[in-house]
Amino acid sequence: MPVSLIVTDALTKTYGGRVTALSDLTVTVEPGVIGLVGANGAGKSTFIKIMLGLLAPSSGSVRVFDIDPTVNPDQVRARVGYMPEHDSLPPDVSAAEFVTHLGRISGLPRTAARERASEALRHVGLYEERYRQIGGYSTGMKQRVKLAQALVHDPDLLLLDEPTNGLDPAGRDAMLALIHRIGTEFGISVVVCSHLLGEVERICDSLIAIEGGRLLRADRISEMTAASDVLAVEVSEGTDALAEALTKLGLTVAREDRLLLVPLESDAAYDRILQAVADLELPLHRLDQRRHHVAELFATKETADV
Amino acid sequence: MSEASVIHDIGYQRYTGPRLGRLQVLTAMYVHGLRAAFGFGRSAKAKIFPWMVAGIVLLVAVILAAVRAQAGIVALNYVQFADAMSWLVILFVAIVAPELVSRDMRSGVLPLYFSRPLRAADYVWAKFAALVTGVWLLLGVPQLIMFLGAAFTTKTGMRGVWNEVGDLLPAWAYSVLWAVVFAAIGLLIASLTGKRAFAAGGIVAVFLMTTPVVGVLSILPSTDAQQLSGLASPMTLVAGVGTWLIPASNIGLDLGRFGVVYLIEALALIATCLLLLLARYRKVASL
Repeated sequence: MPVSLIVTDALTKTYGGRVTALSDLTVTVEPGVIGLVGANGAGKSTFIKIMLGLLAPSSGSVRVFDIDPTVNPDQVRARVGYMPEHDSLPPDVSAAEFVTHLGRISGLPRTAARERASEALRHVGLYEERYRQIGGYSTGMKQRVKLAQALVHDPDLLLLDEPTNGLDPAGRDAMLALIHRIGTEFGISVVVCSHLLGEVERICDSLIAIEGGRLLRADRISEMTAASDVLAVEVSEGTDALAEALTKLGLTVAREDRLLLVPLESDAAYDRILQAVADLELPLHRLDQRRHHVAELFATKETADV
Repeated sequence: MSEASVIHDIGYQRYTGPRLGRLQVLTAMYVHGLRAAFGFGRSAKAKIFPWMVAGIVLLVAVILAAVRAQAGIVALNYVQFADAMSWLVILFVAIVAPELVSRDMRSGVLPLYFSRPLRAADYVWAKFAALVTGVWLLLGVPQLIMFLGAAFTTKTGMRGVWNEVGDLLPAWAYSVLWAVVFAAIGLLIASLTGKRAFAAGGIVAVFLMTTPVVGVLSILPSTDAQQLSGLASPMTLVAGVGTWLIPASNIGLDLGRFGVVYLIEALALIATCLLLLLARYRKVASL
């Protein structure tokens, strides 16, 4: 039976007995790309540090690769790559030299460290610039160096803390695409921490949402969005008439500004909606199928700003 | 298109080679620190200060060796040389200790280290060993130059060379003591701040401030106070241990019967600094 990636049981962390960072967190995570979502201060970083064995939980237990990081942190850390949230690069060395050094600290022999540093930098798209000093890099390039150093020792799990921090929209997309590629093509599981639900749901297989240190929901994305496809219909005029017609057809219609949102329970529904529009001879503006954003599942709770 | 010109995207390769243990990781960290101490693997700017200090010390050693070879005058023996260079050693520690630890703190690189199978203690030992080696090389290599100068111009043959070896080895041990004491103090101060300039200033200040204390104590009317005055400053402390353990060194300190007190304080000082450093990094590592 394959071992679950991360298993926690009633994991609790309080600082000084007053501030509760994690509270009774019980979750089982299977390999894949996992989004860890919550607002700032929800306990994401604390959770990561506990998984790395850097912090001891106040109570409860955690196992990563079925190893307890509080007892055997070295064994866990050897198989985990960690990308911290904050700036963590020295400005006056080259990326190649820095990543090589960290490869050696992860236990790679000298030549292997050098080769793998080059490879890791190539995979994150910094091959040409790798001999330049890090101080001269853009924020996006620095984030890539941080990702490369987490990848250099070929971990089985990457823990990425806010990897898109400080990036412009294009940089975000590139970083997310890269993380998705690592998770799918490289065969490395990835935990992506973010306070932006919208961006992680695009690349994740499963999602853990926490708020105030408590688990809100943990499930596969496909489970969360299953059977929630909707059809958005927009007509230039006669929106009300159409809504009425569709309701008569037994469809549940929701208004969103000028859009009508109709759940697609079957393929037949699609045809019936089209037929209804044609019967009313309304000028059809838009008709598209869209998936529910996971955010809508949390809409009432407002866990994250999307 | 010929087959050789095709670029294959071989994709991601898993690593199946050996993974080294803690000791080798510690060694890698040590070598990295030692190289950094002399600016290797860094920009040219990082090499200026350590090599300036090393250059002066080497120059002094070459001059001493030349004077001895030409005029036969022993201006400074090996042990006295280490003492005479004390301010340069302090300067070197003030430059290198922040380079080794404050820099890591400032750039925030510590989380990257401590998320790897590297313990806080490993980090402290590697950095400490690197600085000790650096300082020891700063003194030991010039001492070796003086030895070579003396050995090649000795007029008493092999016996003269053996005499020199007999003088050099205790002096090297004395340099180790210098290195250990100054590295321990320097690293502890440097580990408190991420700002290299503050760290360097702090290190110099500690040595600068304690020197007048020794001066005041040494002019007190009590002989005991005079003989114990050297305990107040790391520099005179080391010199005191040297005086006690190497009678031929002629450092010129009067310790009376308190030589062993100097040794005990030196050992206690080293142990305290290292324990505080460990405690400091235990705390830093968990953040």
